[in-house]
Amino acid sequence: MSGLALETRALSKAFGALAVSQDINFKLEAGARHALIGPNGAGKTTFVNLVTGVFAPTSGRIFLGDEDVTTMPQARRVKRGLVRTFQISALFRKLTVLENVTLTISEREGVANDLFRPAGARRALIEEAYSLLEPLGLAAEALRPVSELAYGRQRMVEIAMALALKPKVLLLDEPAAGVPTTESATLVDMIEKLPKDIAVLFIEHDMELVFRVAKRITVLVQGAVLVEGTPAQIAGDPRVREVYLGERKHT
Amino acid sequence: MSDATSPGPDRKAQIDAFARRHRFKWWEALPWLLAIGAFFIFEPYRALGAQIFATVLFALSLDLIMGYAGILTLGHSAFFGVGAYVCGVLSVHGMGDPLLGLLAAALGAALVGFASGAIVLRTSGLTLLMQTLVVAALLQELANKAHSITGGSDGLLGMKITPVLGVFRFDLFGTTAYVYSLAVLFIGWLVARNIVESPFGRSLTGIRENVNRMHAIGAPVDRRKLIVYTISAAMAGVAGALIAQTTSLVGLDSLGIERSGDLLIMLIIGGPGKLYGAFIGAPLYMIARDRFSEINPVYWYFWIGLFMVFIVVFARGGVLGMIERWRERGRR
Ligand SMILES: Nc1ncnc2c1ncn2[C@@H]1O[C@H](COP(=O)(O)OP(=O)(O)OP(=O)(O)O)[C@@H](O)[C@H]1O
Ligand SMILES: [Mg+2]
Repeated sequence: MSGLALETRALSKAFGALAVSQDINFKLEAGARHALIGPNGAGKTTFVNLVTGVFAPTSGRIFLGDEDVTTMPQARRVKRGLVRTFQISALFRKLTVLENVTLTISEREGVANDLFRPAGARRALIEEAYSLLEPLGLAAEALRPVSELAYGRQRMVEIAMALALKPKVLLLDEPAAGVPTTESATLVDMIEKLPKDIAVLFIEHDMELVFRVAKRITVLVQGAVLVEGTPAQIAGDPRVREVYLGERKHT
Repeated sequence: MSDATSPGPDRKAQIDAFARRHRFKWWEALPWLLAIGAFFIFEPYRALGAQIFATVLFALSLDLIMGYAGILTLGHSAFFGVGAYVCGVLSVHGMGDPLLGLLAAALGAALVGFASGAIVLRTSGLTLLMQTLVVAALLQELANKAHSITGGSDGLLGMKITPVLGVFRFDLFGTTAYVYSLAVLFIGWLVARNIVESPFGRSLTGIRENVNRMHAIGAPVDRRKLIVYTISAAMAGVAGALIAQTTSLVGLDSLGIERSGDLLIMLIIGGPGKLYGAFIGAPLYMIARDRFSEINPVYWYFWIGLFMVFIVVFARGGVLGMIERWRERGRR
């Protein structure tokens, strides 16, 4: 065992002439709390899409643990514990909150292939789904369609669905984006309470959150890794100040 | 809004409500009671009734893929037509047992559904719509060319359907046809209902609502779509066979895309994705057409077009969508 949850080697992606990911060598340690930061359009979401298999890389390799998953279909990577959330909530909007999470658990357990028994007969799955909603403050809205929820609440459903898959490697794409400050405490709390054995990579623009949670930080600029290090190293790095932290001050 | 942070004492109530959604509700008996009532009240219309039941089954099969899985198609008549021809041709060659005909029709249509689905379901949206159209058009042309088997544009001649279960002959008044079609529809409805209430059926709604998310939770999306497409094709094939058996007619129009278009309109009128849209849309459409065509058949599509505009603008989700909104309002 390499002790790595996830690794990319010389990972590159181009859309036509536009090089969106360039030669990314990245290591996510087992149990990591790792932040991926960078200006808008740096290619952070693209990196998640590559790693999870939404996009096929132009070149380079992806390893999940010791296994090369570069060409593995998305669904199989999920079965191996690689789970992501979406920067812009991607939920089953017309379905209820509880249904969103129950569907997810049904997939995890493989019961969603069952054509015969009614879904309601698997009560344990529903109980489990409901139990996930409670700590996120979603229980009162369990039976409402997701589309009726405030966007901040939808972000919480997004998290609940990721957790419902019992991830081993969790990729959070700007989990706090769109969450009102009154609720972001719940979110931070939730991320901090995640089991230690889950390796977490999170993309975030909120520096307070990044420095509070992350043990390591990677800075991505124009599709390439600019620098990687501990929060202290990143905070003290002049290049980072220049391209990223400096720029954030304008916004 | 209630306090969002408290777990709430209604945990059990909410889970119960959620877990019991598949249970039968009283109003689900309505279509069947109406059908039984109509048998006695509208005696001269039994033949039309039989056709309506078969069409409801056809619309129900479309609902499975379109209303639930969100697969848009204009080629569903392909499966209807294959079913009609399979059982028709069998009966010409001395295999006129109705139930055997239905079974063969289901198998034949399922086969065509599986084979064509494996190809066309890779796409979505307009491309998919075009490809389903092409499948139906191809089959229609094939049936046209295979004149010696299908009768081509003259239609299939010499169908001989034997009595149902060897006992009930198809009579001129449509009495046997009525009961037989209703019974087959009932079974089709049980099957469809069981599917949509199963975890598999629920996952179809996930595919419809957000296919990216389905991939992200590890669902084998393509396989699910192909399975439901095949089942739906089989069901459409049975519907086609039913009409072929009860009218003793099979023509090229059974494969035609006009039939697919009519079907789509029926489902939109009734309300897709709720299982009962077919039960509302198909009878409404067919009874209205029966009435209007006596007045002036040319204007039928004009009125239907106008009506569709009305539905899209004022009554999204069809009749069932309207009923749902009324009930919502009543609750508030
Ligand atoms: N499917 C696509 N086709 C073409 N270009 C794309 C595609 N997806 C992303 N891009 C481009 O890749 C670049 C990186 O996008 P990406 O979404 O990965 O950035 P990001 O770092 O996540 O930005 P943000 O902080 O705004 O979320 C952008 O220039 C974007 O326009
Ligand atoms: Mg992004």
